[in-house]
Amino acid sequence: MSTQIPKQTEESSETEAETQPASKGEERRAEKRRRAAERREQRQEEEAEKAAADDSTVELKVFRYDPQVEGKQEPRFDTFHVPFTKGMTVLDALMYARDTYDSSLTFRHSCRQAVCGSDAMFVNGGQKLACKTQISDLEEPIRVEPLPHAEVTKDLVVDMEHFYEQMEAVEPYFQTDEYPDGELEEQRQDRENREKIKMSTRCIWCGACMSSCNIAAGDNEYLGPAAINKAYRFAMDEREGEEMKQKRLEIIEQEHGVWRCQTQFSCTEVCPKDIPLTEHIQELKREAVKNNLKFW
Amino acid sequence: MHEHDVVVVGAGGAGLRAAIAAQEAGADVAMVSKLHPVRSHTGAAEGGINAALRDADSWQDHAYDTMKGSDYLGDAPAVEALCQESPEEVIRLEHWGMPFSREDDGRVSQRPFGGLSFPRTTYAGAETGHQMLHTMYEQVVKRGITVYDEWHVMDLAVTDEDDPAERTCHGVVAYDIQSGEISGFRASDGVILATGGMGQVFDHTTNAVANTGDGVAMAYRAGVPMEDMEFIQFHPTTLPSTGVLISEGVRGEGGILYNEDGERFMFEHGYANNDGELASRDVVSRAELTEVNEGRGIEDEYVHLDMRHLGEERILDRLENILHLAEDFEGADGLTEPMPVKPGQHYAMGGIETNEFGETVIDGLYAAGECACASVHGANRLGGNALPELIVFGKRAGRHAAGEEMGEAEIETGRSGNWQPADYEFGVEVGETGGSGAAAADGGAVVSDAESVVGGAVDRAQERVDELLSRKGRNHAEIRSAVQETMTANVNVFREEGRLEETLEDLREAREAYKDVAVSDPSRTFNTDLIHTIETRNILDLAEALTMGALAREEFRGAHWRKEHQERKDEDWLKHTLISWNDGEPELWYKPVVLEGENKTYEPKSRSY
Ligand SMILES: Cc1cc2nc3c(=O)[nH]c(=O)nc-3n(C[C@H](O)[C@H](O)[C@H](O)COP(=O)(O)OP(=O)(O)OC[C@H]3O[C@@H](n4cnc5c(N)ncnc54)[C@H](O)[C@@H]3O)c2cc1C
Ligand code: SF4
Ligand code: FES
Repeated sequence: MSTQIPKQTEESSETEAETQPASKGEERRAEKRRRAAERREQRQEEEAEKAAADDSTVELKVFRYDPQVEGKQEPRFDTFHVPFTKGMTVLDALMYARDTYDSSLTFRHSCRQAVCGSDAMFVNGGQKLACKTQISDLEEPIRVEPLPHAEVTKDLVVDMEHFYEQMEAVEPYFQTDEYPDGELEEQRQDRENREKIKMSTRCIWCGACMSSCNIAAGDNEYLGPAAINKAYRFAMDEREGEEMKQKRLEIIEQEHGVWRCQTQFSCTEVCPKDIPLTEHIQELKREAVKNNLKFW
Repeated sequence: MHEHDVVVVGAGGAGLRAAIAAQEAGADVAMVSKLHPVRSHTGAAEGGINAALRDADSWQDHAYDTMKGSDYLGDAPAVEALCQESPEEVIRLEHWGMPFSREDDGRVSQRPFGGLSFPRTTYAGAETGHQMLHTMYEQVVKRGITVYDEWHVMDLAVTDEDDPAERTCHGVVAYDIQSGEISGFRASDGVILATGGMGQVFDHTTNAVANTGDGVAMAYRAGVPMEDMEFIQFHPTTLPSTGVLISEGVRGEGGILYNEDGERFMFEHGYANNDGELASRDVVSRAELTEVNEGRGIEDEYVHLDMRHLGEERILDRLENILHLAEDFEGADGLTEPMPVKPGQHYAMGGIETNEFGETVIDGLYAAGECACASVHGANRLGGNALPELIVFGKRAGRHAAGEEMGEAEIETGRSGNWQPADYEFGVEVGETGGSGAAAADGGAVVSDAESVVGGAVDRAQERVDELLSRKGRNHAEIRSAVQETMTANVNVFREEGRLEETLEDLREAREAYKDVAVSDPSRTFNTDLIHTIETRNILDLAEALTMGALAREEFRGAHWRKEHQERKDEDWLKHTLISWNDGEPELWYKPVVLEGENKTYEPKSRSY
């Protein structure tokens, strides 16, 4: 398994409840809370049993790990039975499991519509956006793991820092020296050029491509498909001008740039936004060659 | 403690624009955001950005359309600022590289949108918000602006004078989701709230899971009034299982709505004999719910939106992204079957009371974007007017906070000028339920030096977190869903007195239950259980204020419909609803709408199209 757990540190942080002399009212409330918690646990167990017995439910096996919590420091899989409803996505099922059975089940998510890029994970052995993956398209039991080749923070959450660093290493911002004279005047861009960069601008920074890439797994400094695609987005944008394009090609030609790619297409296959990543990388290689010939 | 000149809370469109503006004005800026910037919900906007760019168009026409759309509850100085400055801000985005859709001559394309007298909506395919968000984040990276991402802001650090108008904001307290550390952020020049929408107050919404209205709730409890909270826009075509938006484009191209009996109800049941499916958002939403309520809904829940008759070619050509949405998020194939749709919460017109520079009544505290209410949308927002609001008012707030001279504001904040108290008796008790450790300013000596104000706020936040983590009790999820259910059932496009009151009672119960809330995940690492529990408190406060506003406003204006009051009552109700937290005893009051613009006064006309 390529799931990476950070090295354990010798530190246990227990949060012990301070027992302070409490007022009568507080005691009563504390008692009520305790009883509510017990009732809840009981209810959860009952629901779980009921769900397990029912065949209109789906079975999920979910990766669990928490560096801080006893019993979760050793990675394990937990099984959840979730009632199936039409249209249900993997994210819906995870949310149901969390809100009904185990509120500590942890995963990133926000938009629920494949635009925020928070919830790329490893579902039945492939990189997927949980919110965009229909349960009905999957074999059961459904295995849900964090993205491979990234350090696991907790459960399905991985550390994205390295991915962000690579994205930001390619000067990912528009640069040009020439603006139209009038402040209210736009730069012109023809439709073909806008069409050319269109797919490359759709990236949502989910990290699925990077996680699927063998080269990136072996070479930590490799820019990776998403960052190279970002460079492509600007290098091909004619509004930036020739000089900038030159600079852009130099960036992606560096040691850990485009030439590392061995055209395995894994990134292209997993990209939830259907960006032709491998094609973009290949095109940049060709541009770089053309460019070098020009300057010989 | 972290120290910066300006601290921006939230990194969606409004926050990013504010940070850039403040930095350009010379301030040392930090952004603090519970999501990484590119995860913000601005990325979900599809349609476009309104801007009067062309010679045949004018900002005056845009302002007129916006005032009319607002049902005359927008404040003219804010509306005019929006329309005057949107063109230069849109061109600035283009200069920053935003990939707008283009005309043959290479200029930025514009398309028609509902309620606009000119096709002035600029767009980037069906992903305008995504492109705008990423373009601005790129500029933040370029400028090296500090971003604290995955830091959840829990509270504001505000002095505790009795009168909110005398208070000062010195910073915020935030919780590092990754490590569990709580830290103070001192802002010597200003804090700008840009925390976005509050869709999670309802259980069916086009908003993200993170849109819990945190900024509005924090400002409210610190003493800033919430304005016009009862005005919520519902969108008629959202997918039932997730709330994902199916754009108006489908109906624009000829898509038809059917009920369970296969009737084209917009006509056959007489909801809109002229416009049919193309009637305004609120009319279509009410029609759909009526069908469901009267037993003609499918699975008692939704209706069908059918586009099959348009033919595969036309669908693939013009509505391809809709096919993907229906398939990915609902498992429905729009080419061979009708798509299930129902109304969903979409946009909050109200929010934190500000003037046209984003200033609140508390010194040093600003708000911009969907969390703010300047007010540009009044009782009803026009499509394509929220995105320009982000860039225009984000910029204004950023500059003002950084100390740029911007002149005298015309919109007043707080209880100044012609404000009037409400004489409405709520049958149910509202506000704080005694005894829970709310962050209300508690009496005693007024602490005013910035360090101690921020330090005190940090201590209170730490106590609260420790308590939530250490005790046993109820899980927040049941409380949150109880709130969402009652709001969706009773405070939706149909509002009647009895049911609004019922909701206030339900909310009372939820508040009681929340007193016993606890977090069962003991971890300090990425504890989303804790974050959601804190958010649920915010949802509660907002839901209550929204319902109070809806009960008291006895008229039908814009998105606010009342069964017992079927007409717009300009004599009594050309005024904004304000609700002050008042240290736990919410107070309702009103202030007049500002209809006087730069050169003209906008006379209320009927909102017919
Ligand atoms: C599906 C959809 C389609 C839309 N289409 C259009 C359209 O076509 N045209 C148009 O004009 N408008 C449209 N809108 C409306 C518009 O997109 C939103 O109003 C706008 O994007 C909100 O931007 P924002 O910057 O205010 O908030 P957001 O983009 O939601 O950003 C909020 C930020 O605040 C942060 N935050 C929140 N709480 C905290 C906290 N406690 N601590 C720290 N950070 C916090 C979040 O991390 C996030 O970065 C649409 C809305 C939706 C939902
Ligand atoms: S290129 Fe595709 S897979 Fe890679 S980060 Fe972007 S959207 Fe995700
Ligand atoms: S939740 Fe936003 S991409 Fe899946």
